Amino acid sequence: MDAQQNDVLLLKGNEVIAKAAERYGYDGFFGYPITPQSEVLETLAADKPWETTGMVVLQAESEVASINMLYGAGCTGKLAFTSSSSPGIALMQEGLSYMAGNELPGVIVSVGRGGPGLGTIQPGQSDYFQAVYGGGNGDYHLIVLAPNSVQEMCDCMGKAKELTFKWRVPVIILTDGVIGQMMEKVQLPPYTPRRTDEEIRQQCPWATNGIGLKSRHYNSLSTLEFDPLVMEERNRKMAEKYAKIEAEEVDYELYRADDDPEFLIVAYGISSRVSMKTIDLLREEGIKVGMLRPKTLWPFPNKPISKFAETVKGILCVEQSEGQMVNDVRLAVEGQTHVFHYGRSGGMISSPYEVMDAFKKMARECVTKNWPKGYWMK
Amino acid sequence: MITKEQLIQPENRVYGKPALMNDTPMHYCPGCSHGLVHKLIAEIIEEMGIEEDTIAICPVGCAVFAYRYLSVDWIEASHGRAPACATAAKRLWPKKLVFTYQGDGDMACIGTGEAIHAMNRGENIAMIFINNAIYGMTGGQMAPTTLMGMKTATCPYGRQADLHGYPLHITDIAATLEGTCYVTRQSVHTVANIRKTKRAIRQAFENSMKGLGCSVVEVVSTCASGWKKTPEESNKWMEENMFPYYPLGDLKNTVEP
Repeated sequence: MDAQQNDVLLLKGNEVIAKAAERYGYDGFFGYPITPQSEVLETLAADKPWETTGMVVLQAESEVASINMLYGAGCTGKLAFTSSSSPGIALMQEGLSYMAGNELPGVIVSVGRGGPGLGTIQPGQSDYFQAVYGGGNGDYHLIVLAPNSVQEMCDCMGKAKELTFKWRVPVIILTDGVIGQMMEKVQLPPYTPRRTDEEIRQQCPWATNGIGLKSRHYNSLSTLEFDPLVMEERNRKMAEKYAKIEAEEVDYELYRADDDPEFLIVAYGISSRVSMKTIDLLREEGIKVGMLRPKTLWPFPNKPISKFAETVKGILCVEQSEGQMVNDVRLAVEGQTHVFHYGRSGGMISSPYEVMDAFKKMARECVTKNWPKGYWMK
Repeated sequence: MITKEQLIQPENRVYGKPALMNDTPMHYCPGCSHGLVHKLIAEIIEEMGIEEDTIAICPVGCAVFAYRYLSVDWIEASHGRAPACATAAKRLWPKKLVFTYQGDGDMACIGTGEAIHAMNRGENIAMIFINNAIYGMTGGQMAPTTLMGMKTATCPYGRQADLHGYPLHITDIAATLEGTCYVTRQSVHTVANIRKTKRAIRQAFENSMKGLGCSVVEVVSTCASGWKKTPEESNKWMEENMFPYYPLGDLKNTVEP
């Protein structure tokens, strides 16, 4: 393969996920078709990476099987990923809990659509709770990355690979049907070879792949523990790790927020793209408003949001749901300023003008009404 | 007169515990078939010399702690998902022996989808299926393979078709699938049967190493505790009641000898 050729392309977000996986040296993909992310598997099937990088690609019989294939891959120290959309990710929650419990590497791409239930096949951001708070059992977290462009979809595949091995925590790339389906220019990374067996042995001495068994104790990966004291100890160690991740891995971006703005918008994914336009329009009217865009949803950028909350008159959380991330914004704000939510749901996406109207309504209320600290409304 | 010291010499040894079977006390009940099948697996892996090339996957059910007893690398899968787990392990490590060890609840009930699709894709794995017609670990509830009329904690008046449906012959289904290369049903209640089961598991493991397709070895087993019988009564009951319903022998073998 020629690493220099076709490195800058016009691609859909979903297609880029596939191409980035091939280039970042992923070992395997296991997934099940679901709109709006089927291009991931379609692109892999067309590219046939098993003939070039040696990457395994398999269409599983269900999302339940997909996530357990990811579990099996992670146990043996291989880097596999899956991609799905809202109801499919719902089916994976049990497997994610097992992966988190065994502290396994693995990457899950979640291309959100409108819910609940089968919902719609149009884009949505109502899976924030699903990704950040999870539906699997037990005390666990997943690292959640939130790209807002096709280029970031690509970059997140590299970052997810790094983070999932660094911390031994599964990583979810939470995006939406717009980012997955839209086409943008993307600079693809150079090819990184997949790790050799020897590299896997060194990187993952805990893995259950038999390598070196004659000179070591056998490995077993199980989440089962009958002694509650031992289980509590496992949980505490994981909690210590999660605290370190919260201290080290928070990532966010500011947009027009470096001049001590009067108001702040907090948005991720497609909502941040819409809100950038809104902010440009508001700035033309002389309103000092900026945006904080979380690039990691867990760990969440609590400190920078708290810092803004000390000075801004109000915060508008824009997300294409009936209000999910807004809860975390309120926790970060701790009553220091007023927090509002705006968003469409069910597969509808706000226009920049709708966000502007919502913003002006909020700003007017913040300025004209003398609310006590900590008052909030939707 | 030969002394004890003279007698206990390596050249006189007629039997030894396989080294892979470690000293962790097993939680299995007296008369249970699991211990025997575990021992056979340990013997075969040693005989094949593939300790470093084995990825074993255990189920949820009585064999949930299998990873404690055999000193090879084990993955503990969630309930019923061992075949999915094995699929990824084998595809990513094609030169390894990958086998699942599952009970009737795990393979024939909650994990039927994963089992059938792994078989049908012809995954190069071996699947060892312990069928004792009851849920042992949770205390004797009805299994998908519970016989008609058989009493369990959740069918205390006996399994009836109108209430509980019929026993699932998953091994017979396996034999109809194009992806399976070897499907057999064995037992471990006599020395002769233990030897046959060992040969069957050995062939299944060799098939996995050679990448010939999916092998399924059902071991019709006893559950003395669940059946509320002595180990001896259990063997007799199994012969009289289980074997007519789950007859022993090869169901399919497409591998050239």
